[in-house]
Amino acid sequence: MAQYNLTINGKSLNVDVDPSTPMLWVLRDHLDLVGTKFGCGIAQCGACTIHLDGNAVRSCQLPVSAAENAEITTIEGISEKGDHPVQKAWLEHDVPQCGYCQAGQIMSATALLKSNPSPSDEDIDNAMNGNICRCGTYTRIKAAIKTAAKSA
Amino acid sequence: MTLIDKKFNRRSFLKVSTLAGGGMMLSFSWLAGCRPTPEQVLTMPKEWFEINSYIKIGENGAVTLFNPNPEFGSNVKTSLPMILAEELDVDWKNVFVEQADFYPERFDRQFTGGSQGIRSGWKPLRTAGATARQLLVNAASQTWNVPVGEITTNAGIVEHKGSGKKAGYGELASLAGTLEAPDPETVKLKDISDFKIIGNSKKNVDGTKIVTGKPMFAMDHKVEGMKYAAIVHPPAFGMKIKSFDKSSVTSMPGIQDAFEVKIFKDDYGRNFFDTTTFPEIIAIVGYSTWEVLQAKKNLKVEWEKAPDSTFPMAGRGGQNMDIKVPGGLENSASHKEKMAEYITKPGNVQRKDGDPESAFKSASRVLERTYTAPFLAHNTMEPMNCFADVNIDRAVIYGPTQAPESIMNTLSSSLGLPKENIQINLARMGGGFGRRAYSHHMTEAALISQKMQAPVKMVYTREDDMSAGVYRPTYSATYRAALDDDNNLLALHVKAGGIPESPLHANRFPAGAIDNYLAESWQIESNITIGAFRAPRSNFIAGAEQSFLDELAEEMGKDPIDFRLELLKRAETNPVGKDNDYDPKRYAGVLELVREKSNWDSAKADIHRGVSAYFCHNSYVAEVVEITIKDNQPVVENVFAAVDCGIVVNPDAAANMGEGAIVDGIGNAFYGEMAFENGVPTKSNFDTYRMIRHKEAPKKIEVHFVQNNESPTGLGEPLFPPVFAALGNSLYKATGKRLYDQPFQPQLIDMKNLRM
Repeated sequence: MAQYNLTINGKSLNVDVDPSTPMLWVLRDHLDLVGTKFGCGIAQCGACTIHLDGNAVRSCQLPVSAAENAEITTIEGISEKGDHPVQKAWLEHDVPQCGYCQAGQIMSATALLKSNPSPSDEDIDNAMNGNICRCGTYTRIKAAIKTAAKSA
Repeated sequence: MTLIDKKFNRRSFLKVSTLAGGGMMLSFSWLAGCRPTPEQVLTMPKEWFEINSYIKIGENGAVTLFNPNPEFGSNVKTSLPMILAEELDVDWKNVFVEQADFYPERFDRQFTGGSQGIRSGWKPLRTAGATARQLLVNAASQTWNVPVGEITTNAGIVEHKGSGKKAGYGELASLAGTLEAPDPETVKLKDISDFKIIGNSKKNVDGTKIVTGKPMFAMDHKVEGMKYAAIVHPPAFGMKIKSFDKSSVTSMPGIQDAFEVKIFKDDYGRNFFDTTTFPEIIAIVGYSTWEVLQAKKNLKVEWEKAPDSTFPMAGRGGQNMDIKVPGGLENSASHKEKMAEYITKPGNVQRKDGDPESAFKSASRVLERTYTAPFLAHNTMEPMNCFADVNIDRAVIYGPTQAPESIMNTLSSSLGLPKENIQINLARMGGGFGRRAYSHHMTEAALISQKMQAPVKMVYTREDDMSAGVYRPTYSATYRAALDDDNNLLALHVKAGGIPESPLHANRFPAGAIDNYLAESWQIESNITIGAFRAPRSNFIAGAEQSFLDELAEEMGKDPIDFRLELLKRAETNPVGKDNDYDPKRYAGVLELVREKSNWDSAKADIHRGVSAYFCHNSYVAEVVEITIKDNQPVVENVFAAVDCGIVVNPDAAANMGEGAIVDGIGNAFYGEMAFENGVPTKSNFDTYRMIRHKEAPKKIEVHFVQNNESPTGLGEPLFPPVFAALGNSLYKATGKRLYDQPFQPQLIDMKNLRM
């Protein structure tokens, strides 16, 4: 076990966990930030996507020991009131079905729009291809990203 | 299953707050679920008055509606309360929706599956809403001393025009809650033409919680002192635990215990939804998920081959019957050989019209084709998991289940607790697709909690989830058509089977449209566990049938839509046989609509199109898939769907689900496949099990609903089966090659020169 000081959603938080513990489980089990989801554990589904210094990463493959000295943002932290343009666009297009993958989708989408404010269809496909939606809401996700891009 | 109660459960409409456990209606998610937002017109009232099981009204006019059915993404949590709100006659913006937990004494049919949520809920929920409205009217009548017949309601306001008296529902709720409920059979329902909420899209009531990452799933649940559990199951079908070395994990950091869990009591008569891949597993319990997952990798276990075995299944008369589970380590290669062998043998005749044997003998040409598809894993995004808190005499289970009623007896037997002492709370599910109709994960978590005498959250890894599946079976269907010299269709023969069940629906189209028709089935036993998967059986046989009809139409020189319409005309005007379980006019209606919406009659440059139609879950769907070829690979551009499912309660949400079913079907048609080698599933995570991703989704999907006033029928499943053939038929147009075996993608990779 080891002590880690982490910066998550702008707050400084301490955890005492094994250095190999992935951020996914630090967030979920130790910090009660459960919006970040467990899907596959091998970075193949995107459900656990968070931002590390603004870049989308799969938190199931990010050991806590590598997350110190970085700004971490989770779904709970992308806006204070749930009114990030991407969140608003998601509601406007009524995107979710089961909802389980959507936090990861939104985290990938917000990172995309940050680096590329007017993505083409191909840009969206490339940025989002690592996020599986088993319910098949892909066409709505793409439409919502385009709406968010316009309103941002 | 006898889940559908034809007669209303009158108790559902009575005031029941005096029942034991009534206080638990406000479940632990209550506060989180009902916190008002500034946009909401009404804030939380000081007091709620229960009008009936489904409806509470606050003194300020706020309304709480309970969604009785488990939510797995089909949006019943929005759509079912819309039905209540319509007949209650309230303004939707004043409605809070709360997920009901499992209370069979309060709610009818708390089951999500078979596309029956809206269909089965339609009359009971309308009646529940109308009954509550009547109580408010009766309360006004009593208060104002005016006749009931002169009182009207509108959007949460009761009014007596004669005296000019008016009151909000909130003002009458306390009295209404004390009045005797009217007989539900006598309560008047609204005319369909007066609907204000039904048919007008409402956003997902949980949308905000989903996009802000609020805890909603059992996976997210945590209580003080909760332990974490992982499971280890045999690596292969046909294997079981011989022994394991507990000390290989108990000295690891954060690990508290490891033990064997036996899911069923020996004498327990299982029900249809008790399907459990491995009835004996090993549980590892510790203080965090990561620590139990590490221990899981370290656990030393010896496995052994399981011999032939039997288990007791509860029969209808209450007596148990023995169900055989064959031993042995099965292989996909030998499955294929066996299926090929069964195709050549006579099957079990399920339907015979006319004299098909003579018709085939007199035919000048016979078209024969065989279609196959592999096992499929459900792969819900949220792996199986469950929270359980079991102590000496009481159990609280909070988990993802489509069928709480079906697991209650299991829990009671396995825990040795009376049902009254077991509370099942319904978590939002991260997908279901049929998989969570089988709720053994709840029993597993409960038994682990019972052993620990502590609250426990048990979590499957993706590998556990995928390799201990309740899979969609592997199937095969052979179609034969007899034609004469003038291209007349003389006879049709279908022989369909699978491991371990047949996909045949002998009385569905084209039965009823062909004078000489023969339908046979066969099945091969297996120890691989199978179960419902979005549109069971239809999800294969539709693809086979509609691909064959496409090829047959081409053989006969006919347009594929015209050919189907001709057959349907025959079934309508002069049907063959009496048991045809479809309405040919409604079937033809969706084909006509998809023809119009897809501009079928005007060919488009570089676009290759395929059509398909199917009837299942009481609904009719026709689909057209349009593809192009880019970089020598097919790209799905557009999909057009025409659906007749009667009245559509929540149109945009319905379209969303339809779009999802189409994407799901395209994904499984191209990529879906589970195989076995010596009993071991060959894929256990998304690196090898190929799922459809963003890039492969259609560019555009249009879902069009036939407008009519028929009572609603199924929707979650019916858009799924037709897409397999619509895609296959479009691929033929693009490539010149018919595809008979799913998944399609490996065959397309081998095709070097796709037609442009």
